[in-house]
Amino acid sequence: MTAEQFVFVVAALITLGSAVGMVTSRSVFVGALWMIAVFGGVAALFILVGAGFLGIVQILIYIGAIAVLILFAIMLTPRVMGDPNAPRYNRQWPLVAVMTTGLAAVLTVLVLRTDWPLAQEGTPVITGFAVELGKGFMTTYILPFEVASVLLLVALIGAIVIAREE
Amino acid sequence: MPSVPLSWYLIVAALLFSIGAYGALSRRNAIGILMGIELMLNAVNINLVAFWRYVEVEGLAGQMFAIIAITVAAAEAAVALALILAIYRTRDTVNVEEIDLLKW
Repeated sequence: MTAEQFVFVVAALITLGSAVGMVTSRSVFVGALWMIAVFGGVAALFILVGAGFLGIVQILIYIGAIAVLILFAIMLTPRVMGDPNAPRYNRQWPLVAVMTTGLAAVLTVLVLRTDWPLAQEGTPVITGFAVELGKGFMTTYILPFEVASVLLLVALIGAIVIAREE
Repeated sequence: MPSVPLSWYLIVAALLFSIGAYGALSRRNAIGILMGIELMLNAVNINLVAFWRYVEVEGLAGQMFAIIAITVAAAEAAVALALILAIYRTRDTVNVEEIDLLKW
């Protein structure tokens, strides 16, 4: 096993183990802390696969913004945290467990049986992603970039309007 | 080519997606459901980046798509948490089994 494979296995185990901890934790707050570990593991996978810029973006946005936002929301809804003995799952959870296990099995078999059209050996890998991505956003991908800007603005205004005190 | 096969990444993403789907469908707390959805979005991003590295390595589309997906996830989290706070203020609960105003 090479060093890269070893790092991959460690990052994957952290990601999946924390994900299981997240969905099984009794308290939503503890689940949110597990979720931060999942995001960190995914960032490690991004950096390992060669997308270092995306790994940094993942840490900034998911851990720095979304996880903190979710922790805030949990703190602001205190009645949920006040009752630790309330059941955490709804009635359909055994059925959901069977279905999602089946989904994971089907996806794994499909991934292993498919012949992926891999790139040629020795294809040059782009380096300096921040520069290349910035150029891309200003040229080829300017329409998705603008649409994403408008979406963020609308979401920001919408969130303020919905959450505002009457 | 890196020494880690493409299928390893895809399997990890598939497992992460399934775990996220389980969390989103089985939790009673609305915030727990939102966390499950974030996990599923992350799994999709792993797939996009892995396909970029192993299949379309000379282009930028895979990483661009992942960045747009992260943007949408951030917008979705902000709006969803605002909705959850608004519901908590009026109904005093975030248990989705008690939020049945539209059920008849």
